[in-house]
Amino acid sequence: MKILVTVKEVAAVEDEFEIDGLSIDERYLEYDLNEWDDYAVEAAVQIAEAADEDVEVVAATIGPERSEETIRMALAKGADRAVRVWDDAIAEQTLLDVDAKVSVFEQVVAEEEPDLVLTGVQAADDAFGATGVALANRVGYQWAAVVNELDYAAGDDVATVRRELEGGIEEITEVDLPAVLSIQTGINEPRYASLRGIRQAQQKEIAPHDLSDLGLDAETVDGALELVDMYEPESESDATIFEGGAEETASELAAVLREKGVVGE
Amino acid sequence: MSEDVLFVAEHRRGDLRDVSYEGITAGRELADALGGELHVAVISGPVEEFAASLDTPEVDIIHTIDAGEEFDHDTYAAATEALHAELEPAALLLPNSVNGLDYAPAVADSLGLPYATDAVDIAYDDGLVVTREMYGSKVETTVEVAGDQFVVSIRSGEWAAADGAGDAEVTPFEFDDSGVDDGARVQGFEEVGGGDVDIGEAEFLVSIGRGIEEEENLDLIRDLCDATGATLSASRPIVDNDWLPKNRQVGQSGKQVTPKVYLAIGISGAVQHVAGMKGAETIIAINTDPNAPIFDIADYGIVGDLFDVVPALIEEFN
Repeated sequence: MKILVTVKEVAAVEDEFEIDGLSIDERYLEYDLNEWDDYAVEAAVQIAEAADEDVEVVAATIGPERSEETIRMALAKGADRAVRVWDDAIAEQTLLDVDAKVSVFEQVVAEEEPDLVLTGVQAADDAFGATGVALANRVGYQWAAVVNELDYAAGDDVATVRRELEGGIEEITEVDLPAVLSIQTGINEPRYASLRGIRQAQQKEIAPHDLSDLGLDAETVDGALELVDMYEPESESDATIFEGGAEETASELAAVLREKGVVGE
Repeated sequence: MSEDVLFVAEHRRGDLRDVSYEGITAGRELADALGGELHVAVISGPVEEFAASLDTPEVDIIHTIDAGEEFDHDTYAAATEALHAELEPAALLLPNSVNGLDYAPAVADSLGLPYATDAVDIAYDDGLVVTREMYGSKVETTVEVAGDQFVVSIRSGEWAAADGAGDAEVTPFEFDDSGVDDGARVQGFEEVGGGDVDIGEAEFLVSIGRGIEEEENLDLIRDLCDATGATLSASRPIVDNDWLPKNRQVGQSGKQVTPKVYLAIGISGAVQHVAGMKGAETIIAINTDPNAPIFDIADYGIVGDLFDVVPALIEEFN
C-alpha cells in the first residue's frame, strides 16, 4: 500500500520581531517542519514499520527549494521519498488559499494514487486547517478531521479513529479507505531522526514539480484570498507587571497570593 | 443570488454549543452590512427544540433539518449544500470548531466558493474583509476575499452570544438523507481525562507550559505546588509529550477551569488555552516574552525567566 503525507516547512517567529510589508522579516524566522505534520509523518512510518506487506510512505509538499532541508527531515524519519511542488506563480501569491493548495495536491494524489493520506490538522503559519478535508472532498476519498488516535493496520479497508472534540470528549469513528485523515498533535511520540536515518535521507529522492508538470496553469493558484495587511495585534493588557529581579518580583507575587487567601499553610 | 447570510448552528449530545449563539451575532452584523436577512440552519437532533432556543431577536428565519441525532460530516455537508442551493446566500458562515473543521472545507470545496477560515472579525464594504491571525496569534492579518459569494468559518469566543426571545420564522427544510455517503460512521463518544484529580475543583492552579523545556524541570513546578498547596495543571504541549496526564490539561480540548487564582508559568496563552481558563477570578502570568498573549488577560504579570522566578517564589513560602 501507499501512504501520502502532506508536509509543510513553516517558520517559527522569535519573541521580538519586525514586519516587513506583508511578511515577517526573515531575520526573525526559524524554519522547521510543521509540528502537526511531524506527528502525521510518525503515524505513517509506524503503520509502515508494523506492516507485513510493503508500505511506501511518500511526503508531498508545496514549498521553495529552501524547504528541501526540512523535507529531508521527514525522509530521515522514515518516509521513502518526497514530491516537492513549486512555481513562480505560487511564489507570487500573498496567500496561497485552500483551493489553490487542494488543486495542487489533487494532481499529486492522481499521480500517486495513495490508499491513505495523512495531513496535519493545520499549519502553524497560515493556520487554515482545511486542506485535508477539502482535498478528500475533491478526490472523492473519505475523511476524518482532528484525529488523535488511529487504529489501522496496512492493508485493512477500514481505519478506526478518535476525533478530539472540545471539552475532553472524543468521537470514535470508522472510516473506509481510501481516506484522508488530519492528524492532531499528541497522537504519538514523533521520533528524532537517527544519524543513520539522516545519512540515508541524503540518497532519497525529492522530485521537483512545477505547475505545468502537474498539468496545471498559473491561474489555478491565483486564489480568491488576498493578504492586504499584517500587523502586531495591539496589546489589550492591563495587567500589573511586577518589575525588578527574581527575588523582588517573587516577593510581590507571594503577597498577592497571600492576599487572595489561596496559599495553604 | 441574495444579500442574505446563512449560519449553521452546532450542537452535541443534546445541547447547542456557545458558538451557535456567537455565530448569530456575527451573522447579524454581516447581514446588516450586506443589506440582507439572517438565516440560521440547525441540522440533526431535536431540531424544533433547538430552533426555539436559537430564536433570538437577531434571527430572521430558522431552517430545521431533521436528519439523525448527532453530527455526521456527510449529512451536514450535503444538507448545508442543499440549503445553500435553495437560498443562494451571499455569505455562508460556519463555526471553526472541531466539527466545523470536519465538514466546512468540504462544503466550500463542493460549492466552489472562496473560503476564509478562523475569522476573528468580519467586515463588508463593497467586498468581504476578514481579520485572521497567523503564526499562532503573533500577527493579525487583513484578508480581502474576491467575489460576491463566500464561505467563512468563525473562531469561537470572538463575538458576543445572542440572547433574548425573537420572532423568527421557523421552517422545516425537506432534505432526503437516504443518498448520503456513509463511508465515515460515528460509533460513539468517550469522555477522557478522568482520574485521580479534578483540576476543575481546585481553588489555586499552577499551570505549566512549553516554557518548562524538559520533563525533568517539572519537579521545580511540583515543588512550588507543594510549597503553596496549589494543584498542578498544564497547557497542551505538556500533555502531548506525555509529561502529565490528560486530566491535567486546561484548554479547549481539555478542561475549562474557573479557580480563584490561575498562575500560568511559561504559557504563551494561545487562544485554545485561554478558552479553558479565562473564567479564573485572578490570572497571574510568568513569561519571558512581554508580548505573549497571556498578558492580555492577566491581572498580574512577571516578565522573566521561570527558572529564576519560581525558585525565589518557593523560597517565599518555605
